[in-house]
Amino acid sequence: MLPKRVAALKFEVLSPQEIRRMSVVKIITPETYDDDGFPIDGGLMDTRLGVIDPGLRCKTCGGKAGECPGHFGHVELAAPVIHVGYAKLIARLLNGTCRECGRILLKDDRRDRFIEEIERRIEFNQNYEDVIKEVFRLTKAAKKCPHCGEEQIEIKFDKPTFFYEGEHRLTPKDVRERLEKIPNEDLPAFGLNPKATRPEWFVLTVLPVPPVTVRPSIILETGQRSEDDLTHKLVDIIRINQRFMENKEAGAPQQILEDLWELLQYHVTTYLDNEVSGIPPARHRSGRPLKTLAQRLKGKEGRFRGSLSGKRVNFSARTVISPDPCLSINEVGVPKEIAEEVTVPLFVTPNNIEIAREFVLRSEHPKANYIVRPDGRRIRVIESNKEELAEKLEPGWIVERQLMDGDIVLFNRQPSLHRMSIMAHYVKVLPYKTFRLNPAVCPPYNADFDGDEMNLHVPQSLEAQAEAKILMAVQEHILSPRFGGPIIGGIHDHISGLYLLTRGEKKFNREEAMELLRALDISEIPVKNEYTGKEIFSFILPELTLEFKAEICQGCEECKGENCEYDAYVIIEKGKLLKGTIDEKAVGAFKGIIIDEIARKYGKEEAKKFIDRMTQLAIRIISKLGFTVGIDDEDIPPEASMQIEEVLKEAEEEVEKLIKAYKEGDLEPMPGRSIEETLEMRIMQVLGRARDRAGKIAQRHLGMDNAAVIMAVSGARGSMLNLTQMAACIGQQSVRGERISRGYTYTNRTLSHFKPGDLGAEARGFVRSSYKRGLSPVEFFFHAAGGREGLVDTAVRTSQSGYLQRRMINALQDLKIEYDGTVREQTSGSLVQFRYGEDGTDPMKSFRGKAVDVRRIVREVIGEVKK
Amino acid sequence: MKFKLQEHMLVPKHEILSKEEAEELLKILGVRKEQLPKMKADDPIAKEIGAKPGDIVKITRKSLTAGESVFYRLVI
Repeated sequence: MLPKRVAALKFEVLSPQEIRRMSVVKIITPETYDDDGFPIDGGLMDTRLGVIDPGLRCKTCGGKAGECPGHFGHVELAAPVIHVGYAKLIARLLNGTCRECGRILLKDDRRDRFIEEIERRIEFNQNYEDVIKEVFRLTKAAKKCPHCGEEQIEIKFDKPTFFYEGEHRLTPKDVRERLEKIPNEDLPAFGLNPKATRPEWFVLTVLPVPPVTVRPSIILETGQRSEDDLTHKLVDIIRINQRFMENKEAGAPQQILEDLWELLQYHVTTYLDNEVSGIPPARHRSGRPLKTLAQRLKGKEGRFRGSLSGKRVNFSARTVISPDPCLSINEVGVPKEIAEEVTVPLFVTPNNIEIAREFVLRSEHPKANYIVRPDGRRIRVIESNKEELAEKLEPGWIVERQLMDGDIVLFNRQPSLHRMSIMAHYVKVLPYKTFRLNPAVCPPYNADFDGDEMNLHVPQSLEAQAEAKILMAVQEHILSPRFGGPIIGGIHDHISGLYLLTRGEKKFNREEAMELLRALDISEIPVKNEYTGKEIFSFILPELTLEFKAEICQGCEECKGENCEYDAYVIIEKGKLLKGTIDEKAVGAFKGIIIDEIARKYGKEEAKKFIDRMTQLAIRIISKLGFTVGIDDEDIPPEASMQIEEVLKEAEEEVEKLIKAYKEGDLEPMPGRSIEETLEMRIMQVLGRARDRAGKIAQRHLGMDNAAVIMAVSGARGSMLNLTQMAACIGQQSVRGERISRGYTYTNRTLSHFKPGDLGAEARGFVRSSYKRGLSPVEFFFHAAGGREGLVDTAVRTSQSGYLQRRMINALQDLKIEYDGTVREQTSGSLVQFRYGEDGTDPMKSFRGKAVDVRRIVREVIGEVKK
Repeated sequence: MKFKLQEHMLVPKHEILSKEEAEELLKILGVRKEQLPKMKADDPIAKEIGAKPGDIVKITRKSLTAGESVFYRLVI
């Protein structure tokens, strides 16, 4: 069968004839069911509209519930009503055409010029909205009809559905008559296609009644029927419609008819959209606003965003995640409970029928849950029928077996901001109730284990499984397209562990070395009685040559290279770590130069292996050596405290001096700044420097073997600033990048503890205490003020960037890079870029964003020469 | 005072393609004229080089990533 393609979609407005033609029944009574609970003919539940109750048959097509798609009916409205969705357009049309002859209020040649412009823009695929806007603007301004000379009166549009000509109110009937007069030739100028749409169709005379399948009723436990909101609304419309008709025939007074007409208009309006401004929404008996047509489509939970762009799916699972360093980065630990519920289809062929039969006959874990026959019938496999089913099994059937080790699944954490948010993992069925993952894959998912949950999906076809393995596997995403470097790598303890291992010339005897290496699949190592940490690390390195500065590099003015006194210059030659310490720069996520090099030189599989071994090794080392942080790690000796006190006092005195100079007018303003600004900047500078100096003093006394310092310098977790704030001084608190100055504005002070106009350090939010020592009440207040700003910032940023991303995805979703390197829009085939990104480079295969890594090539070439 | 836009360092090189070149380009890309990116005929640079609606303009820009990049626009 040839696949059918949708060539084009055209939106038109239903004409009354069209509505009647597609209708199978004219609805004449608001009653739905009779006393026996059967649908009434000519009612809203008429069986000609389709059926929802099992057992009944549709009178139109003869289908049962589920087979019959449903059929439209219609209601003949006793009087025309305005369609709210088109009310604004109607207002524009009324103002744009002559009240007498119905012609457009433009001379023919001008009208034709506009029509031409619109056609031209359509041809070039451009936006013609502004042309139409111009037409409406011009025609509204016209005072006199250029065709018949009639004076024009402006029509006032009173939202949502009322029109006034001066004081006189136009009934929908008047409106319709006027719209009828607009000739077809004038319509294109208003952006309407006369073949598709006549303006008088914007005023309803017939109302289509959607099939019952669109508005199914549900039966409550009490046996009572509960109708859909749409049905409720339709009942209202029909009831008023009938009342109106009866009154008209009985010759009721004009006033009563008008009131009924308005009521009918209200019901039809709320039927179409129950959230129009200007009228109260129609409510359910319970007071809940009804969900009518527009509400079904609109918004996040609406048909488009909720049911079409995003759907709920089968073969998926969700639970809390927790770490398991013993898993490979491309594995995921799946709780047995989940593995027993979600299934993988096994397509039975003559070759695998025995295997399939075995699954059917098993009575625990990897067993078959269901069998699907070629006719689509799905049979649950249970103890009592498994023998019978295994007997009947033949090629062409599908056995749905439980998830087991080695199956491929997609693993996802929301928000799915980039492609690495969904990756393919291999299943490892484990006890307990959480998904387990190697902590090295936390960065791409941005996951942690403070209660995060993740989703798992099982691909259901061989094609999908193959694609997942080839395109989506974790190792395919070690290098990120975001910056052309590794996004998967060591974190936290991995970095601390390797730092401890490789720092200096740590010695391990043979037993210790074996203990560290036994979990890794390393087959051969030289026999020695003593190994250095650097040697042990070298065992997991493939052959490669590298030289770089480590994260712990102090940034000396003159780099001493391999003689670095901090052991911060890493030299790896032919897979042997000769010099330097392994830290975040070498193996960390986002930085990891070694991972980057391995991935480029030996490929993804090798990089995966390296990360697996590296994380295993690091965890073993850190558990062996022990690593712990406590509040007493930030203890500093009394003399250090005194020094810090001294530094802070000096700074505060300097601030006082600056303020004095300012008050006496001796302060020299900086270029482009007022004296006040200069003062603020100078004070901030002085206090910032003071904190840094205090931090330096603390750091000197903490020493390099302090666990917290090790984490900070190796890049495992935290920063020196964090330590400074804990041990020495928290420093200046700020709101909007300035010292805190808000508070009692009328006396110009932040708190009543200070003198009015006090500009001193303490009065403007300088916190001299450390977190360890604790904050004074005043300091605590300022700290809270600064902290609040941070919280608000993050909250605002996430929502803003989320919406920004949504818009970008919508704008870019159907651009595709063709094989010739051009970027084209998929539906129109129009070109967007002639060469993707100007250089045609896949950022994932780039080197940190650049197309070629010249240094690497040079190094490789020179390396060859050396040999 | 009238000065040439093309001489400004930030304005990339614009040239009108000849009929043959234009046809060749469309053939290589396999597109219709209308599927190209567009520029207005009253764009200052289009006026300066005398591009008329229907012409295809070749724009050669300096690029940080590719050194030089070529772009085409249909004048409308």
